Amino acid sequence: MAEEITVRATTAELASARALAEGRRMHAISSAVRYALLAGVGFLMLYPLIWLIGASFKTNSEIFANPGFIPSEPTLTGYIEGWRTSTPYTFATFFWNTFLIILPKTIGTAISCAAVAYGFARFEFPGKRILFATLIATLLLPNVVTRIPQYLLFRDLGWLDSFLPLWVPSAFAGDAFFVFMLIQFLRAIPRDMEEAARVDGANTLQTLIYIVVPMLAPALISVCLFQFMWTMNDFLGPLIYLSSVDKYPISLALKLSIDTTEAFQWNRILAMSVLALVPALTVFFLAQKYFIEGISTGGVKG
Amino acid sequence: MARLQIRNLEKVYSNSFKAVHGISLDVDDGEFMVLVGPSGCAKSTTLRMIAGLETITGGEIRIGDRIVNNLAPGQRGVSMVFQNYALYPHMKVRSNLAFGLKLKRRPKPEIEDATEAVANTLEIDPLLDRLPKQLSGGQAQRVAVGRALIKKPDVFLFDEPLSNLDAKLRASMRVRITDLHKRLKREGQSSTVVYVTHDQTEAMTMGDRICVMKDGCIMQVADPVTLYNRPENAFVAGFIGSPEMNLMEGALAVNGGVNIGLAGQMLTFGEDVGSRLGMRGGDVLLGVRPQHLRIATNDEENALEGHVSHIEFMGHEVYLYVDVGDIRIVVVVPSEQYHPEDIRDDRIRLVPRETAVHIFDRETGRNVSLSANA
Repeated sequence: MAEEITVRATTAELASARALAEGRRMHAISSAVRYALLAGVGFLMLYPLIWLIGASFKTNSEIFANPGFIPSEPTLTGYIEGWRTSTPYTFATFFWNTFLIILPKTIGTAISCAAVAYGFARFEFPGKRILFATLIATLLLPNVVTRIPQYLLFRDLGWLDSFLPLWVPSAFAGDAFFVFMLIQFLRAIPRDMEEAARVDGANTLQTLIYIVVPMLAPALISVCLFQFMWTMNDFLGPLIYLSSVDKYPISLALKLSIDTTEAFQWNRILAMSVLALVPALTVFFLAQKYFIEGISTGGVKG
Repeated sequence: MARLQIRNLEKVYSNSFKAVHGISLDVDDGEFMVLVGPSGCAKSTTLRMIAGLETITGGEIRIGDRIVNNLAPGQRGVSMVFQNYALYPHMKVRSNLAFGLKLKRRPKPEIEDATEAVANTLEIDPLLDRLPKQLSGGQAQRVAVGRALIKKPDVFLFDEPLSNLDAKLRASMRVRITDLHKRLKREGQSSTVVYVTHDQTEAMTMGDRICVMKDGCIMQVADPVTLYNRPENAFVAGFIGSPEMNLMEGALAVNGGVNIGLAGQMLTFGEDVGSRLGMRGGDVLLGVRPQHLRIATNDEENALEGHVSHIEFMGHEVYLYVDVGDIRIVVVVPSEQYHPEDIRDDRIRLVPRETAVHIFDRETGRNVSLSANA
């Protein structure tokens, strides 16, 4: 009897061990399949970028002859020729122009949006609801609608062919999206710290600078990054307002290299595109942590 | 060194909700005043108005000789400790403490000395280079107290500073804050305190005087002993003391003796109650603290008979929950006087201590059994 029980028990143990091993194997297989699938799709998504980088090291004739992304005879001609451009200026000028547009614009955005968001999130004032509704309405307004009135306005101000039309709207919190994002972020932060600062003797401006801005930092970094990338990629703005080649940013300069030669030097264009990507990618990876933190807190808690 | 005077203070919100109904309160120099009441009684609103964080709709607040109604919080000479500490998250403890003095542009050595001194007093010197998120609740609260202390304000404001702490820590912080207050007073520094809490134990143990509030009105201002022994109304009676005072609806009739009929039974009181009674008859609430009821001996007359629904053994005392008709009352009996054999078939007879009985007008809630000299 006792033996029978032992035997039964062993059989049961064996069965359960077998089931466990089977479960593990199934799990391993399913993981493998899932990872393979994800890797495949990921590669598909990244392929254009990989191809771009590969092709920038090819000769112009190889680009269309060889569909793979590894160049058969890697060469830097694309980079060297592309950097020189067909204009009197090198690409360094265009990079510098881009920098000159981005820096004041980003700083202006950060300061003005933080101030406006602080006002909306923390103070009661007459007409607040209407003003806030207006702010949100501008979010929903298609950009195209305001292009012509804006152009006429800046023309009358004599600002055409200067960087001012690109800077000034942002320096007055013209980007409603950023203001909205910061307001949502601020609403999730308790007011106690600001009240403590006021009891400590800080005035409104000091509270904003010493207390609110440091707490807003993750969201502000996201704002700066967004502004950086969008300005970097902005094509229409510079196209409309800038007419002298010596003021062109990268986005226009890339287009320029397509326009000026009859037979496109694709390898040059691709090489310069790769260079144009570098600043944005670098900044993104450096600030990735804050970027994601800022978006998720602003978005989820709002 | 400052006295805080509040005159007819009112707060009406923009949605025309009236939160504070013209209250007046004097806090003497060096006094520890506790504002206590259930949530929504506007105690925090009152405190925030004193601090300058809420606008004042009517009345006047005076700190020392100055009317501070329209002064910014920083100019009122107050400092405040918040419920959730409100430490500046991006600053180290040292900078948190020094922030107020820095804004006042005090010289650096003075700020450093003051920081060290406060850190010493509150035993937070090892924490000076930490960020608030690296502190435990009790440590954070000590830093918050330090931030208030360093400014040497005229009036300290505490807004439920201990409610986020666990019971044990709360007890020790209670003692710490009271000690600190005594010490400031001894050293001749300004030590006027207004302390808001919803916890009556905190109020009773810490306050020199307690201001009990309800729905934006002051119900009674008195020292803890008076508040406990001579509550002016049924609200204060029920709010102060633990377990709560038993308030039983009954009908009063004074004819020779004082008779109160409740739950189909009749209680008769003698001269002691009669002499201090300001009402001859009508609907009343009979108030007896759980500690002032004792189990009757067999042959005793004039006792309330009830049914014991359950018993809680607390160690040094026993809580009996007794149903008298449809009224549930609580009786606290010292453990050594509790004999289970006194309760037969769950029936129990209770005798209230006549000198400690309170009678409240049921309509107004006013205590009608307080004579001038009782």
